[in-house]
Amino acid sequence: MLYLVEQCLNGIQLGMLLFLLAAGLTLIFGIMDLVNLAHGSLYMLGAYFAATFAALTDSFLAGIGLALLATLAAGMALELIAIRPLYGRDHLDHVLGTFGLLLFFNELVRLIWGPAGLTLSLPPEMLSAVQVLPGVYYPLYRLVIILATLAVALLLYALVMRTRIGMLIRAGASNREMVGALGVNIKLLYTLVFGLGAALAGFAGMMQAPLSFVQIGMGENILILAFVVIIIGGIGSIRGAFVAAIIVGIIDTIGRAFLPDLLRNFVSYSAGSSAGPALSSMLIYMLMAAVLVVRPEGLFPATNR
Amino acid sequence: MTARLNLRNAVVAGVLAALALVPLYTALTGNYFLISLFTRIVILAIAAVSLNLIMGFGGMVSFGHAAYLGIGGYVVGILAKEGFNSGFLQWPLALAVSALFGLAVGALSLRTRGVYFIMITLAFAQMVYYIAIALDRYGGDDGMTIYTRSQFGALINLSNKTAFYYLCFALLLGTAYLVWRIVNSRFGMVIQGARSNDRRMRAVGFPTYRYRLVCFVIAGMLCGLAGVLLANHTDFISPAMMHWTRSGDLIVMAVLGGMGTVLGPVLGAVTLLVLEEALSGITEYWQIVLGPIFLLVVLFARGGIDGVLAGLRHG
Repeated sequence: MLYLVEQCLNGIQLGMLLFLLAAGLTLIFGIMDLVNLAHGSLYMLGAYFAATFAALTDSFLAGIGLALLATLAAGMALELIAIRPLYGRDHLDHVLGTFGLLLFFNELVRLIWGPAGLTLSLPPEMLSAVQVLPGVYYPLYRLVIILATLAVALLLYALVMRTRIGMLIRAGASNREMVGALGVNIKLLYTLVFGLGAALAGFAGMMQAPLSFVQIGMGENILILAFVVIIIGGIGSIRGAFVAAIIVGIIDTIGRAFLPDLLRNFVSYSAGSSAGPALSSMLIYMLMAAVLVVRPEGLFPATNR
Repeated sequence: MTARLNLRNAVVAGVLAALALVPLYTALTGNYFLISLFTRIVILAIAAVSLNLIMGFGGMVSFGHAAYLGIGGYVVGILAKEGFNSGFLQWPLALAVSALFGLAVGALSLRTRGVYFIMITLAFAQMVYYIAIALDRYGGDDGMTIYTRSQFGALINLSNKTAFYYLCFALLLGTAYLVWRIVNSRFGMVIQGARSNDRRMRAVGFPTYRYRLVCFVIAGMLCGLAGVLLANHTDFISPAMMHWTRSGDLIVMAVLGGMGTVLGPVLGAVTLLVLEEALSGITEYWQIVLGPIFLLVVLFARGGIDGVLAGLRHG
């Protein structure tokens, strides 16, 4: 039972990270109509920046802060140089172009930081565990991730729904020509949105970094999960991305935690150990297929498209 | 349709002739690496041609086509491991499993359009990828060596490099011919019509969903065949055969070569893989060059190599 609570929290934590990635993807798709496979690269860049800056400044928080700015800048530069010409092209062109960018970034990171990967260590005060329920201790840092991402989600909601820039973003999603005709610098707006998406992805990467390893290609598997999230949630819908991210995060984590034991009742120990995680990964795709059969536009289809 | 003598056809014919002469070159120079490389190229060209049938002509951008490479390969590998080495059993079964998978995936994913289709095909391919990882008995994550290639009795010995190369080459030509026949048939016209305007095709009375589904299954089977060949070529199967970046590579081959034509993807496959080989010879960080090339192709060479060649003729 305690284990279940812990695994649920882990699932929520993974879901929140997925949400950060998916929110950027879905914003970029919803507004610029761009399929961005290089989004995972920004996740990876965020983690590398954070590890580098944290090592330079000797401070975890300063590392995160600087890395956020750096990812934002990298995202905006990427948009200006490579993404801008892709707007208005068909989705196949996007897939191909950003696939090229993904290869480019993987290799660039290998060139700059070497093939070995980095670690980002937590400050000592984050290493403790907190009692979340009587008898249930949970790592503080994972709670920090959940709360920090929740705060980001709320900020994002406020930004999109309650500010002028958010209004322009939503207007740009429904009719870009009209917004442009009204004198809004739509190109700048796009650059900002892309930068915002990049920063969100980078933030997810740097949050995840202390829990695992900072390495090349770290963004690829989670990118595919993020795609699944936005398909389940409905492309273009931030609310859908949030709900779907939590669902996917929990299913993935619970599956990984409990399926191997469950399977071991039927097959050999080692077969259960290897089939369990794979089966739980499959569960997510089965969920996605089921959602698409029932609601081809996702759970929360974006209404303004 | 008669073949006219122009730059584009000349290049295609030249590439095919060069492919046909690879074993001769190897025999003269003893460069066995080259025939191995080109066997791989020819096999992946089959996969690219099959992808192009649905993507270029049918407008169905499948981002999970590498799954069939894996399915074809795993059927061969699993049967070989269980002691069934006969190609007469392995190959038809591999095609049948590919067809069944294509039917299931197609039936679900063809309900969606555009970017949803791209991603759902990707997701199904990921599912197969994870199944392969879960197959502990067949190597799991690490993959598994195949100790005996498919046996065809006295018909052909697949362990003979030259014979195997020519078999692959013949199958590539056969695949291209089949796709060409399909594309120019009534069936192919319906598929292409559905790409341009699905609603109109349905209004005219064609059940386009069924046509597209059949087309999807055929493409899957052809790619499954490529998977069978690939497993026999490398004597090895692993989940990496169907990693999603492999699906990306296949898309690149088709687009790079030129999607609107049957043989464009062959040009694409040859170009991409030779380029990869050449770049990796120059620098360890070859992908840093290759990635931007993809982007440049998208931006400046619409229609791929084939389109550029066709443009040169006009220009």
